[in-house]
Amino acid sequence: MTDPLLRVLLLQDYNTRIVLLGTMLFGACGGVVGTFMLLRKKALVGDVASHAALPGVALAYLVLEVLAPGTGKSPPWLLAGAGLGAASGLLCAKLIQRVRLIKEDAALGIVLSIFFGFGVVLLTIVQRLPTGSAGLNEFVFGKAAALTVGDVVSIAIASGLVLAVCFALFKEFSLLCFDEAYAAALGWPVGRLDLLLTALVVAVTVIGMPSVGLLLVVAQLVIPPTAARFWTDRLGTMTLVSGLIGASSAAAGSLVSALVPRLAAGAVIVLAGTCAFAVSMVFGRQRGVLWHWLEQRDSERHIGQLDLLRACFESVEETQRRAVLTGESDLTATPIPRESLLTTRAWSSARLSRVLVAAMRDGVVRLDADNHYRLTHEGARRARLAARNHRLWELYLIHFADLAPSRVDRAADQIEHVLEPELIEQLENLLEQDTLRMTVPVSPHP
Amino acid sequence: MIAEFLQLLSGWQGLDTWIAITGALAAMACALPGTWLLLRRQSLLGDALSHAVLPGIVVAFLGMNWLEQSDRGASEVVRGSVNEVVAQSVTGDLARVARRQTVLFVGAAISGIVAALLTELIQRWGRLERSAALGVVFTSMFALGLLLIRLFASRAHIDADCVLYGNLETTAFDTLAGTGIPRGAIVNAAMLLMNGLLVLVFFKELRLATFDAELAESQGLRAGWVSLALMTVTAATVVAAFESVGAILVIAMLIVPAATARLLTNRLSLLLVLAPLIAAVGAVLGHVGALTLPSMICSRIGLRGIDDASTAGMMAVTTGVLFLFAVIANPQQGLVRGLFDQLRLQVRIAREDLLGRLYRREELERVPDMRRELPRTWAAWIARRRLLRKGLIQSGTLRDELTDAGRRLAQDIVRSHRLWESYMARHFDLPGEQLHATAERVEHFLDPALQAKLAEELNQPSIDPHGKSIPPVVE
Amino acid sequence: MTDDNQPSPLSIHDMTVAYQRRPVLWDVDYEAPSGKLVAIIGPNGAGKSTLIKAALGLVPRASGEIAFFGKPYHEMRSRIGYVPQRTSVDWDFPIDALGVVAMGLYRKIGWFQPVSRKYRQQALAALERVGLAEFASRQISQLSGGQQQRVFLARALVQNADLYLMDEPFAGVDAATERAIVELLRELRSAGKTALVVHHDLQTVAEYFDEVLLLNMRRIASGPVEQVFTAENLRRTYGGKLALLDQVGHRMSGK
Repeated sequence: MTDPLLRVLLLQDYNTRIVLLGTMLFGACGGVVGTFMLLRKKALVGDVASHAALPGVALAYLVLEVLAPGTGKSPPWLLAGAGLGAASGLLCAKLIQRVRLIKEDAALGIVLSIFFGFGVVLLTIVQRLPTGSAGLNEFVFGKAAALTVGDVVSIAIASGLVLAVCFALFKEFSLLCFDEAYAAALGWPVGRLDLLLTALVVAVTVIGMPSVGLLLVVAQLVIPPTAARFWTDRLGTMTLVSGLIGASSAAAGSLVSALVPRLAAGAVIVLAGTCAFAVSMVFGRQRGVLWHWLEQRDSERHIGQLDLLRACFESVEETQRRAVLTGESDLTATPIPRESLLTTRAWSSARLSRVLVAAMRDGVVRLDADNHYRLTHEGARRARLAARNHRLWELYLIHFADLAPSRVDRAADQIEHVLEPELIEQLENLLEQDTLRMTVPVSPHP
Repeated sequence: MIAEFLQLLSGWQGLDTWIAITGALAAMACALPGTWLLLRRQSLLGDALSHAVLPGIVVAFLGMNWLEQSDRGASEVVRGSVNEVVAQSVTGDLARVARRQTVLFVGAAISGIVAALLTELIQRWGRLERSAALGVVFTSMFALGLLLIRLFASRAHIDADCVLYGNLETTAFDTLAGTGIPRGAIVNAAMLLMNGLLVLVFFKELRLATFDAELAESQGLRAGWVSLALMTVTAATVVAAFESVGAILVIAMLIVPAATARLLTNRLSLLLVLAPLIAAVGAVLGHVGALTLPSMICSRIGLRGIDDASTAGMMAVTTGVLFLFAVIANPQQGLVRGLFDQLRLQVRIAREDLLGRLYRREELERVPDMRRELPRTWAAWIARRRLLRKGLIQSGTLRDELTDAGRRLAQDIVRSHRLWESYMARHFDLPGEQLHATAERVEHFLDPALQAKLAEELNQPSIDPHGKSIPPVVE
Repeated sequence: MTDDNQPSPLSIHDMTVAYQRRPVLWDVDYEAPSGKLVAIIGPNGAGKSTLIKAALGLVPRASGEIAFFGKPYHEMRSRIGYVPQRTSVDWDFPIDALGVVAMGLYRKIGWFQPVSRKYRQQALAALERVGLAEFASRQISQLSGGQQQRVFLARALVQNADLYLMDEPFAGVDAATERAIVELLRELRSAGKTALVVHHDLQTVAEYFDEVLLLNMRRIASGPVEQVFTAENLRRTYGGKLALLDQVGHRMSGK
C-alpha cells in the first residue's frame, strides 16, 4: 500500500508529474483571474463561459469531421471551438442585457441553458457518428490523467500568457474592479479592459477544460478567490493567495486521483478547493470566522471590564456624595459593595463574579481582608479614564449624534484614539458645564 | 425541403406523442416556479439548485437500489403477471412510481435545503457577496455529485450522461404497466398540477413577497419562509423533470419561457399563463425539431446516418428561438417595434418641420421667388410624399404650398413652437438664440392638452420672445 | 483673480442629457469662473450629479458642447480631478487607503508600470494633507465615513488638477471632516484652482463658497453667492419641478 503512495507523492511517475504541472498551472490561472471576477461581482460569469463552450467544442468536431472524416479529435481545434463558443456565449449575454426587462441574472441563465442545450443536441449527433464521442466526453468531464506532454506545453504557454497579462495590468484591473466610473473619468479604456478580462475568463475555461472538464471549470474561478479573501485585506496578497490555493488544490486533487484512479481528477480538485475554502473561512487571518469570534470575545471582555471599572467609580462617587473626584486616595480607599455593582450594571450575580475574577487577575480590583472590593492604583487610573470616556461619548451622542453615531467606539481605550482633539476639547467644555450643573444638588451637605 | 420535412415527420408515432407530452409537462411544471424566480431576480438560484441537487439524487438512487434489492422477489412476481392482472399491477406500479419519486424527492430536497442553508451560512458568517457564496456551494455540491456517480455508477444504474442531459426518448419507453402512459408523464403532470394549485392558492402572498418583501413582513407574511418554500418547490420540480430533461437543461425550462413571457406582457396573471404555454410550445417544437432538423442538416453537409438528436437539448434550443423571436418582435419594445417607432418618429418630425417651414415663409409674405427646396434626408422625402398624397401641401410651379388643411396643421405646430419658446424664456436662464433649437425639438411632442396647459400658464400669450405672433388655437 | 484671456475651466454649452430619450437636464448653459469655489445646488433629482457625469462623459449627452479650459475633455484629462459619491464603490474591497489614493496617479504612472516608491510617497503626502497619514495602511472599510470621503479627496488631490469636480463630498460626514474639506477647498482656491461641488446644505453655502449654480432640470441661475443666492432664486429652484417640463419629458421618452 505504501509503495504506490510513495511513488505518487515523490512524483516518481513521469506521467504524474506532467498531470500535476498541467492542473496546477490551470489552478493558478483560475485563482488569479477569478480574483478580479469576484471583485467585479461577476463570479458566475465563468459558469456561463464554460457551459457555452460545449456547442463550440461539438461544432468544431463536426466541422472537422465534415471537412476531413476522422480528424475530429484534434485537441487544438476543439479548444479553439470551445473558446469561440464561450466568447460568443458571453457576447450574447451582454447583448441580451440590453433588453430592458431582462436583468443580468436572467441573461446569464438564458445563455447558459440555451447554449448548453444546443451543445447537447450537437453531442448526440456526434455520438451517432461512426467515430463516436469518446474524445468529447473528456472535455465535458475532464480527464487529467490523459494529459500529454504536448497538452501541458500548450497549457503552460497559455497560462503563462494569462498570468503575464494579469501581472502587467494588475494596476489597471484593480482600478476597474474598485471604481469603474472613476477609471472612465481618468480616461482608461474601461470597455476594452472589461473585454480583456472577459477574454481571460474564456482563456481559463479553455485551459482547464482538458483536465477538469467544462462542467467544473467555473469552480476554479470562484472557490480559490473566495477562500483567499478570508486571509488578507490587500488585493496583491489576495491574488497571490488565490493563485496558490488554486494551484495547491489542483495538485492535491491530481495526486489523489493518481492514487485512486476511480476518483475523477476534476471533481477531486474542486472538492480539495472546497476544503481549502472551509479551512480559510474558519481560520482565515483577516475575515475568518474564528478570528472574528475571538476578537469579538476579547472586545466583549474588554468592554465588560470597562463597565465594571466605571461602575466602581460611580459607586465610590455615590458613597463620597461628590460628583467630581480628584484624589486617588478616595478611589482606592473606598470599599465597593457588591450589591451596588449588581444594581448599577444589571448583571447576573454569576456574570459579575466572572468579571470580578478577571479584573482581580488583571490587578485592577482587589479583595481586601475585610471582604470588600477596592480599586488598585492601576484600577483607579483606568476607572477614572473609563468614566471620563463614557461621559464624553454620552455627550458626543447628545450633541453630535446627527453627524456620525457610527463613530462611537466604547471599546476604544481612549476617546482620543477615535475623535479629533478639537472635538474632544469641545466635549470637555460641555462636560465641565454638566458637572457644574450636577454638583449643585449634591453638595449642600458638606 | 418542406416535402422532406413532412416525410421525416410522417414517421411520427404514438411514442413520439408521449415524448412530446412528457417534455411539455416537464417544461410547464418548471415554468411556474421559474416565473417567480425570474421576477425575484434569482434566476441563477435555479441554475445553482439544479446543480446542487445532484448529490441528493445520487444518494437517493443508491437508497432506492438498496430498497429494491430488499424486495426484489415481490417485484418479480408483479412483472411476471402483467398481462393477467392488469388492474392490480397498475396500482402496484403506481405505488412503485410514487415510492421511487418520494425517495428521489426527499434526497433532492435535502440536498437543496442543505445548499440553501450553506449559502446563507457562508454569506452571513463569511461576509461574502451572495453570488460568490452561491458559486462556492453549488460547484462543490455538483462536484460531489459527479464524484458519487463515478464511484457508484455500477451499483446504482445511474449514468452521468443521462443525469446531465436527460433522456426523454427512453423515459417514454418506461411506461406504467398496462396503460402505455410513460411514468415520466405522470410524475411531471402531478408536479404541474401541484405547482398550478400552489400558485393559485398562494398567488397573493407570492406576489406581495416578490414585489416588496418588507411590506410583506410588516403584514405578518414571513418573506423568508416564502422564499424557502419557493426553493423547495423548485427543487421538487427540478427532481421531477431532471430524468426527462437532465439536471442542466432544467434551467432552460425554468427561466427561458418565463423570460419570453415577460417580454410579451406586463401583467403578472397573464405572465403565469403565458410562461407554461410557451414552455409547452417550445417542448413540442423541440421534439419535432429533434426528429427533423438534424437529419435534414446533416445529410446536406455530408454526414450520413444521423436520424435524430437529443430532444431535451432541442427543447432548450427551440425555447431559446422563441425567446429570440420575442426579443426581436415583441409588441411592447421589441427590436422591430423600436426600429419602426423610431422611423415613424423621424418621418413625423420631418413632416412637421416641413409644414412649419412653409407656414413661416407664408408669414414673411415673400414673393414666390424661392425655388423648391429638395428634401435632404430620406425621412424628409417620405414626409413630403405623404403630405402631397394627403393633400396637406400641393406642389406649385416653383415651390410647395400649404393647402387650407395643411395650414391648420402647420399653425398648430408653429403655435407649439412659439409657446415653448415663451415658456423657456420665462423659466430658463438662456440666451435668446438658444431658445429656437430646443423648441424645434420639443414642438413635436406637445399634444393639445399640453399646449393648452402651456398657454394657460403663460396667460394666453400672443407674442413670442422674438416678437413674432403666436398663432391662435386651431379649431 | 479671473483672467479674461484664459478660457473657462469648464464651459457647458446648451447641454441636454436624456435617459432613454427622456431629458433630465434641459439646455444647460454654464461657464465656470476660474479660481473660484462653486456650489451646485438643487433639490433631489435635479440633475446635479448628472451634470458632472455628463461633463466627464460618463453618461451620454443628447446634445451640447463641453469644453475644459477651452479644449475637449480627453485633451485636458490631467487637469481635471473627479471625486465621485462615496456610495459609488464597495468599501469592502481589499485595498488600503494609500492604495486608493495612488489610483489618482495611475494615469501618470502609465500602462503596465507598477506603483513605484516615488508615487507612493506622493500618495502619502496627499493623505497627509487630508490628515490621514496614520491611516495609510488601513483597509478602507475600517475608516469612518468622513475618513473615507477624505481618502477620495486625497485621490483627487494627488492628481494635482486645476479643476475639481466633487459629487456630494459633504454627505454624511462629521464636523471635523467637513472642516477639513472646507480648509482644503480654500487651500485649493488660494492655489488658483477651481472646484465645482455638489452641495446639499443651504445653511453653509454662503460660508463655504464663492459662487453658486442653481439647478433644477435646467439652470435656474448662476453667479456670485451674494448676487444669485437669493430667496427668490431658491424658491424657483426648490419650488417643485416644473410639471410641464416633466410631462413633456415623459412624452419625449415615447411612453
